[in-house]
Formats: sequence, C-alpha cells, structure tokens
Amino acid sequence: MVKINGELLDVAGKTVTEYLSLTDYNTKRIAVERNGDIILKSEYDTAILCEGDIVEVVSFVGGG
Amino acid sequence: MDNDKLIIGGHEFNSRFILGSGKYSMKLIDAAVKYAGAEIITLAVRRANTKDQENILDYIPNGVTLLPNTSGARNAQEAVRIARLARELGCGDFVKIEIMRDSKYLLPDNTETIKATEILSKEGFVVMPYMYPDLNVARDLVNAGAASIMPLASPIGSNKGLATKEFIQILIDEIDLPIIVDAGIGRPSQACEAMEMGAAAIMANTALATAGDLPMMASAFCSAIEAGRQAYLSGLGRVLTRGASASDPLTGFLRD
Repeated sequence: MVKINGELLDVAGKTVTEYLSLTDYNTKRIAVERNGDIILKSEYDTAILCEGDIVEVVSFVGGG
Repeated sequence: MDNDKLIIGGHEFNSRFILGSGKYSMKLIDAAVKYAGAEIITLAVRRANTKDQENILDYIPNGVTLLPNTSGARNAQEAVRIARLARELGCGDFVKIEIMRDSKYLLPDNTETIKATEILSKEGFVVMPYMYPDLNVARDLVNAGAASIMPLASPIGSNKGLATKEFIQILIDEIDLPIIVDAGIGRPSQACEAMEMGAAAIMANTALATAGDLPMMASAFCSAIEAGRQAYLSGLGRVLTRGASASDPLTGFLRD
C-alpha cells in the first residue's frame, strides 16, 4: 500500500503517471513529493511508487 | 516619486501593498489585485483535492508576482519542504517563510525561521521571513540571506494594528533590508502609520477578507499606503514636547 495524502491506496508498482491517470487531479497544477523528496514532473513516467511510500500531492490555495 | 521602487531580491516593484489571497472567494482576487494596485500576492500550499478543478492560479492576473508561504510548517525542515514544493509548482523563487509551533497565538518561531532562511537562500530562493520583531533575530536573518524582513504588527488575523510599533521602528532604523509589516494590520490608518514610520511595504489579508466591501477596502489600503509613503519621504514635521507654536505671524495689529 502507498499512503497518498493520508489515504492508503493499492497503487504500489504503478508509475506516478499511471497513478495520476486514475485520479481527477489537475496535473498542471500539482506537485508531488515522496518520502520528503520532490518527484519532478519529468520523472512522472519513470518513478515507480513503492510499498510503504508516503506521497503528498499538493497545489496552491489562497493564503496570507 | 516615480523612481521610488520597492526592491526585493533584485526585483523591482512599484506597489508597496502585498496582498493576501486567503479567506475570500477566488472570484474576488482579480478585483482585489486591481483596487489594491498589488504586484505581489501570497498563496499557501496544501494537499490537492480532486473534486475542485478550479485552481487559484487561474484567477490571478498575469504579471503579478506569486509569493508562496510556508504556513503549516512547524519547523525549519517542514518549511524547506513546502518551499521546494512551491517552486516545483512552477511559479518562481519567492517564498515567505512562516513557521508556527503554537496554534493559539500563531506566533512565528524565530529560531526555526533563521534556519530555514539560511537553507533556502542558499538554494536560490528570494526569502522573505515572517518574524516576531526582534533586532538580534533580524540581524541573523540578514546574515542568513533574507531578501526582506517581515515583522508582525499584532497576532495574525487579529486586525489589532501596530502592537509592536516600537520594535518595528528599531528594525526600520537598524536593518538595511526592506521591512515589510505583515500580520495584524486591520485598518488603512494603521497601514499608513507603519509607512510613515519608514516601513517599505505592508502585507494584509484578513483586513480585506473580513471587510464589508473587499475591493473598496483594497482601494482604501492602497491610498493609505501611498499617503504614508509620501509622508515618510517628505519627512514628518516635528512634535513639540510642550507648549504651542503659532502657525500665523505673531505680529498682531488690533491691540496696537
């Protein structure tokens, strides 16, 4: 299982691109971090999500 | 006045009003930016959601510099992570460091802020640390590579005004970087007063978000900040410690 934005998901073995294709994220407006390190957009096709990874998918919101 | 630029990390701005984008509808951002005359707008980074396809970036006019904050960070390491994610979101190198350990008063952690400033400035960020106004900390932030210093006026979101006035004045007098008063400014008159003191700019969010008419309040702040800046540049008149001083010639004629 991979923990993505706090939720355990059965996506280990998939690339970031494959995972994102299963979701409705606006991929132009997100950044992805795995275990504290950023996964660059250029790596989405090759970076494979592993069992136990902790992933954050973030975007900008209003703030002060 | 035409050459009176605000310079942050080598970037020039004409406006001295930094606008927040929190706690109000994205649909009001365009009007807020316009009436504020703002050239810099702050943003936060949060977990993305899949339900809402609308993104705040689609509502910010072109040409406005984005200033992501690190709100939510409780230490330097988390602030650094958020800053890197913000840069990966593809909107430049500016970052406002905001590190809070306490959720009741939301006071910035100055020590962690110095650490994060040092790391991020080395990575090429234009670092604008939000801090509790303390001269020694401000000097450490300068040495750590900050591009400006952002002291709080009063607790964030309180609209209470310049509670830390004396200490902000010390920063203005002693620190060569732009001093941008951030947090707690609730009224245009308070923004004006900070600018009269020599603050380089004002950052406001809640004052607008909780106002009755947001664009009109943005305009009021814009006018107040410009008025305060002109007053500062012109040099304020002196204050008498006691007594009075007539504004009219003292030679009367009626009793002669």
